[in-house]
Amino acid sequence: MSEVNTSIDPSIIHATDNSAAEVCMNVNNLSLYYGDSQALKNISFQMKRNRVTAFIGPSGCGKSTLLRCFNRMNDLVESVRTEGEIILDGKNIYDRDIDITALRQRIGMVFQKPNPFPMSIFENVAYGLRLQGVSRRRVLEEKVQWALKGAALWDEVKSRLDDNALGLSGGQQQRLVIARAIAIEPEILLLDEPASALDPISTLKIEELIYELKSQYTILIVTHNMQQAARVSDETAFMYLGEMVEFGDTNKIFTNPGKKQTEDYITGRYG
Amino acid sequence: MMRSWFKSGDPWVWLNAGAISIALVAVFGLLGLIMVRGMSHFWPAEVYQFATSNGTLIAEMVETETVAAGSVPGIDISAGEIERHLVKTGNRDLLGSDFRWILEKDITRREQPQNLAVLERVEWGNFYGYLTAVYQGDEKVAEGDAAWPGFLQRLDRVQEIRAQINSLERDDIGAVNYKIERLRLHQRSLELKGKTSPETAAEAEAERAELDREYKDLQTKLKGLYAEINRDAITARVMDGSEVKIPMQKIVRAWQPNNMSLLDKVGFYFQSLWNFVSEDPREANTEGGVFPAIFGTVMMVLLMSVIVTPFGVIAAVYLREYARQGLVIRIIRIAVNNLAGVPSIVYGVFGLGFFVYFLGGNIDSLFFPEAAPAPVFGTPGLLWSSLTLAILTLPVVIVATEEGLARIPRSLREGSLALGATRAETLWRVVLPMSSPAIMTGLILAVARAAGEVAPLMLVGVVKLAPSLPLDGNFPYLHLDRKFMHLGFHIYDVGFQSPNVEAARPLVYATAFLLVVVIIALNLSAIGLRNRLREKYRALDN
Repeated sequence: MSEVNTSIDPSIIHATDNSAAEVCMNVNNLSLYYGDSQALKNISFQMKRNRVTAFIGPSGCGKSTLLRCFNRMNDLVESVRTEGEIILDGKNIYDRDIDITALRQRIGMVFQKPNPFPMSIFENVAYGLRLQGVSRRRVLEEKVQWALKGAALWDEVKSRLDDNALGLSGGQQQRLVIARAIAIEPEILLLDEPASALDPISTLKIEELIYELKSQYTILIVTHNMQQAARVSDETAFMYLGEMVEFGDTNKIFTNPGKKQTEDYITGRYG
Repeated sequence: MMRSWFKSGDPWVWLNAGAISIALVAVFGLLGLIMVRGMSHFWPAEVYQFATSNGTLIAEMVETETVAAGSVPGIDISAGEIERHLVKTGNRDLLGSDFRWILEKDITRREQPQNLAVLERVEWGNFYGYLTAVYQGDEKVAEGDAAWPGFLQRLDRVQEIRAQINSLERDDIGAVNYKIERLRLHQRSLELKGKTSPETAAEAEAERAELDREYKDLQTKLKGLYAEINRDAITARVMDGSEVKIPMQKIVRAWQPNNMSLLDKVGFYFQSLWNFVSEDPREANTEGGVFPAIFGTVMMVLLMSVIVTPFGVIAAVYLREYARQGLVIRIIRIAVNNLAGVPSIVYGVFGLGFFVYFLGGNIDSLFFPEAAPAPVFGTPGLLWSSLTLAILTLPVVIVATEEGLARIPRSLREGSLALGATRAETLWRVVLPMSSPAIMTGLILAVARAAGEVAPLMLVGVVKLAPSLPLDGNFPYLHLDRKFMHLGFHIYDVGFQSPNVEAARPLVYATAFLLVVVIIALNLSAIGLRNRLREKYRALDN
């Protein structure tokens, strides 16, 4: 194994072995167009259950767009057209008879900038539950507590659940929206640069949280920060100009990339 | 030097500051003028007894001016400029008019006798003179110095009885009359449906007999009260020395302005002010208060707000959230904006043609056939006024709401959708609550515009004197079909339709000031509500 000289210290990678994991989602020949311009080009790969998959690549390479394909967030943008398929449990999520709200309940998403609703902390976490018709106070309280604990926020907010969520710090807000996302118990979590707007300590907390969460969820994370991808992910995909250049175990991508472009990117020659 | 001064931008700052100063001076000047002119009316003016070359004159000084001699009849132009006073002599029933001009040079002596009395009367305006004696029936019970305290005591009694008469006439007899009318309409409707039978007729007859008996009882009681109130009378000497007899039931209030301390005058002032805002108008609106007009204005504006908010918000939500943005939506948006510029009288004409005659007429023929030929909703009224003003202010609410919706960050909508909310759920739970401050802004602008609007109301519901308020104790309590009074129209009516122009002028200012105060109060409460909502949803500022 000829090691490349990357800026990543291999010791920070502690990816789980992927060979034994079962497949969670299949992406087949996925292409996406904004009007006439193609943003994603024929992307195909498989995602493993209970693993963290990271998408890296320079700005504008299409990694956020790809992430937003999984919960069909791109549907909201007019003039977007998608081809190909994403198979989840044997069913293409782009089929006509798919219930999008049910799909989004199965596939939660956390955005780049913390976006708590202007409500109390409690109501933020209970939001998704209320949408599902849960209204009994006791059930709500239990679930909210469970979700906040799962997002490692409970101890910091348990005494002020009725305060406005906008009074929390940025890092707390981001963990709150993660709690909001896991409160409805999705199978898959999409994280769109979840730590890019946060300070180093909050980032560390989020990363620890991701590590905790992968035992229960399949996680897809988009990140600009290669160190972060190396630290948290089990598999990594490198994207460039709408194409998936390379996909594989994080260990391999960061220590022995198979493509020249990947090597150039992780060694810092561009990006 | 000059050039660098211009380049520095200082002149521009001065220009801006100057424009603001002029605007502020204009606003405060306007408010100050109507406030001073209007509010000073309630101060108890001193009353003078003038000795002039034409005899004695008892009067209040209203204003003084200097004019060219030629413009005064009977004065030779060579006299140059002369000073003259407008004085209020009252006693319209004796003198024919309340006001007259006197020349300064004709006045030989002026004094302020302590015992000069002013009586505010139910009709014929104020009375000025000296109280001489008090009568109970035909018997003289007090005269000389004892007359005034005895008179005040009896006046209290008269006022008490008058209050009883008012409440009996308006509330009790009004309620009985209202019931009788409803009974008649009920019978008529049975007749029209062909459902009359001997039983229903007997039932109605019994009910009517019961109401008639109630009415007769009340009439007897009323007669007794009238006999009581007519018991006392006074005699008073007026300025030409003759004595007149005045029944005390004609007197509303009495005071001796030259005999009052400052504290008395302050008390009197606030009493007059309170009477002005709490009483019904008298004598073609030139005396008494404006309470029904205040009530009508507030009522109409509240009703308008209740109607315009949901309509405006729903329209804005469609335009911004659901409609596909394109040429058609752009045209609609331009049309909505242009609606705001249509002259208000045009809305009045529309309201009269569409709401009153078409909608109201059809409602009458469908639901109130028993009232025919008298219209119920097919005539101008509170509901149609509120609806007309709601249409008038709709563009304001739509535009403000649309701007509010546009300001909600995309990230919040996506956050809600990503949790499995539908668009409608996102709208109800996140977007609309967060837009509520903007909706309130629209409503504030709408209220400010609607409360001051008069022209369209003259066509669709406002009258100079409404016999009853649109809200009372008779079922169904809120009478949307009734006509109502409005402060804006009241200003016009008192100022320009009144037979007694001089007496009405201070009331015009007072009513105008009151209208401004009402609008400010309505706006402040809406602004307070908006600030609370803003505090709650301050996410937009991050």
